[in-house]
Amino acid sequence: MTEPSMTEQVTITINDQQVTVPNGCTVTGALLRQGVDWGRRSVSGDPRGPLCGMGICFECRVTVNGQTQVRGCQLLCQEGMQVRTDG
Amino acid sequence: MGHPSMSSTYDAIVVGAGIVGAACALEAAQAGLRVAIIEPAVIGGGATAAGMGHIVVMDDSEAQFALTHYSRELWQALRPELAAEVEYDACGTLWFAADAEEMAEVERKAAFFRERGVRVEVLDAHALHEAEPNLRPDLVGALLVTDDAVVYPPAAARQLIQAVQQRGGVLLHGRRVVKISEPEAAKARLQLDDGSHLDAHWIINAAGAWAVQLTPGLEIKPRKGHLVITDRYPAFVHHQLVELGYLKSAHAMTAESVACNIQPRRTGQILIGSSRQFGATDPATEPQMIQRMLQRACSFMPGLAHLTALRTWTGFRAATPDKLPLIGPALGHERVYLATGHEGLGITTSLGTAKLVIDQMLKRESAIAAAPYLPSRNLAEIQHD
Amino acid sequence: MASVASVDNQGQAHRVEADVLVIGGGPAGLAASACAAESGKRVVLVDDNPSLGGQIWRGAKASAGDSGDSALWRDRVRHAGVTVLTGTRVVSQLAPHVLLAERDGTGNGTAVQLRFQQLVLALGGRERFVPFEGWTLPNVMGVGGLQALVKGGMPIRDRSVVIAGTGPLLLAVAASLRHAGARVLLIAEQAPLRRLATFSTELLRVPAKLRQAISLQASLYGIPYLTGCYPLAAHGADGGQRLHSVTLRQGSRTWDLRCDYLATGFHLVPNTELAAMLGCSLVDGVVQVDAEQRTSQPTILCAGEATGIGGVELSLIEGQIAGYAASGQLQRDSQRAAALQSARLRWQRFASALNACFALRPELGELAGPTTIVCRCEDVRLGQLDGIDGIEGWRAAKLHTRCGMGPCQGRICGPILAQLRGWPAESIRPPVFPTTIKTLMADFTDR
Repeated sequence: MTEPSMTEQVTITINDQQVTVPNGCTVTGALLRQGVDWGRRSVSGDPRGPLCGMGICFECRVTVNGQTQVRGCQLLCQEGMQVRTDG
Repeated sequence: MGHPSMSSTYDAIVVGAGIVGAACALEAAQAGLRVAIIEPAVIGGGATAAGMGHIVVMDDSEAQFALTHYSRELWQALRPELAAEVEYDACGTLWFAADAEEMAEVERKAAFFRERGVRVEVLDAHALHEAEPNLRPDLVGALLVTDDAVVYPPAAARQLIQAVQQRGGVLLHGRRVVKISEPEAAKARLQLDDGSHLDAHWIINAAGAWAVQLTPGLEIKPRKGHLVITDRYPAFVHHQLVELGYLKSAHAMTAESVACNIQPRRTGQILIGSSRQFGATDPATEPQMIQRMLQRACSFMPGLAHLTALRTWTGFRAATPDKLPLIGPALGHERVYLATGHEGLGITTSLGTAKLVIDQMLKRESAIAAAPYLPSRNLAEIQHD
Repeated sequence: MASVASVDNQGQAHRVEADVLVIGGGPAGLAASACAAESGKRVVLVDDNPSLGGQIWRGAKASAGDSGDSALWRDRVRHAGVTVLTGTRVVSQLAPHVLLAERDGTGNGTAVQLRFQQLVLALGGRERFVPFEGWTLPNVMGVGGLQALVKGGMPIRDRSVVIAGTGPLLLAVAASLRHAGARVLLIAEQAPLRRLATFSTELLRVPAKLRQAISLQASLYGIPYLTGCYPLAAHGADGGQRLHSVTLRQGSRTWDLRCDYLATGFHLVPNTELAAMLGCSLVDGVVQVDAEQRTSQPTILCAGEATGIGGVELSLIEGQIAGYAASGQLQRDSQRAAALQSARLRWQRFASALNACFALRPELGELAGPTTIVCRCEDVRLGQLDGIDGIEGWRAAKLHTRCGMGPCQGRICGPILAQLRGWPAESIRPPVFPTTIKTLMADFTDR
């Protein structure tokens, strides 16, 4: 991504923490920019991360504005979005 | 897997490795018989895979109660041996009431069950809301049948088959029966699609949707049902939920009906039913039936609307005119037994059915009366509805 | 112009009517919708992604390797008055000529009813994954997957990346990652050198591709490119929290390479699920079409990777043919039709050479052992599929191991089991993509 100017930034919350990312960043991109393990686990408890980047593998699922099972890699961050990774 | 020689004779051969056939085969093997079970496709792949896997006592009639109660006790006895894949979950059934009339039905059912030693609890609106927070809070109450349970039927069928094999029984996989006959006095015969035949002292037709092809004239009609399963939402639902209007639906005179039937699975997925259609033979899912069924379910559990559905499918229940299965000798036969026609209660009553069939074959005394389920009972005058 | 009722805040279901409905906003879909709309037809274009461009043109803003074609076709779509619905995916068929789709909100999905006279399926392709021990570790991603995630904001500057797989995508992504500041340690292409050499002569026949290849070569200067080289296993650190290193093999040589990311993908497989659900015939795993891109279903056309993996140029040509055919214009300009048909023939030859070059070597079918996960959604290991009496094929696997029963609906594990066990794809039931209950129960009868 080309780095935008400050006017092209978006602020969302991830697990109640405010995070600012460039406009055009996906929810998964925003999570990956934090550099922390957000706790995605397989059904038998193995750590997992995004695989396909195009909304097919479902490894990037998070809760957005209360809606669970949302594919973060297909959703652009919008101002005020509330993302939870513990859902 | 074994290859039967042309001249070998089994004591009993079961046609169909669904849950009913598997249970019959195991009961026969446990009675010391030499058993084979024959299945052309996937073990537990017919109605066994399509339905809800609900183990439930029913009070529609004394005969239905007797068979479901007896069978449920057999499941409870089997429970400690069941593998994890079978996902046995004694979550109980909640028959919920939306109005005073349905609440009166709750009280009636409670009395019925208590008189017969079935553990139940009557919940008022508050208690129901505590038990199932995602149900509409304005429901009036419910009957909790504590010891009802849920299983994953294909795994149960498979485990029963494995137990048959451990006792020396044989699974004849990938072979299909085209004809059942009794060529001589002490023999019954299965003709297979590859031209070969198998002989046995007894044959048990547990072929479900295909039973009529093998035993013509059976009073069985297919009743199509739709189901939807969601992604994983642990702790969203805690009990098998059934609306009391379900009974109105199951007895309905209309060709198509839906009722609210919601089940939690061990995976956290939620299985949503139910629907009934007569006269539909196309297995394709019908969007309008799915719509109606989901609308009905969401009318009682609004939060379902936000959950993600992964799959929809259909299945065909084998339905008889009086809603009781056919368990016993086929009409005009001595060595051919029927174990079919279980409509929506096949999973529950599979174990009781197996006992009754083998009891009759070996002339053992049964724990419950067999008469109400005999194929020889008069069905011709009863209208399917 | 197609009319779209605006989506109100209560998320009410909405109807959309089109003369030509196009599903998929990659090169084929963009070309089809522009060509159909330029004749005055009402055209609606639907795509699951947040922006148009599909996978290969992902990210509307300029980025390294984004060809002028992408901007050109998006402009044409805009100027032709195509109604675009992004964040929208088809779920099921409600009736002939009527589809049910779900449109994302920022919380709730909305049901959309799509009515059409002609339907163009431009479904694209997805990466093929080959399982090996450790492939499920965090930071092991697809090749296109890693690129898509970087375009979506994932930081990659100064991180080390090994790219191991097959196909032209390896080079394009390597260049793109390098441009974004990543340290690309190695490109491991499983195809043997002699096959690549044969393919290079094919490149010579197509000047545009040759120019592309030469310019790619320049941007990849200094990055080792090994042929006949493939991953054996990925290894984790921190108790499997993330990737630490990858073991590679080339011939008899095996070695480990420490890296932050492993991008591993083995060319593409066509997305055919919606076409199959709508009753279109498939042959050899691709949607069967005639010279006008018409499928076996009247009123349904198909263009692009779903008819066979062939690259951007072929997709654009097929998309144009489909767009003209769907809007009844194809035969009106026989010169244009002939030009497009002969271009398609040329690019189909190129596509055949491409696919032959990057066919999977047999060793790749042996990387997975009994404990290797083959179904990621349900954590099913290869050994589970072989250990049970009477288990053969998809139905048995689904019922008795849960393989394929997860939310990807077999999109990741389907090609894997086709490669490892030869299982053919099963018939598709709705929903063709996971969908909210709300959308499935939306009732359009009173509208």
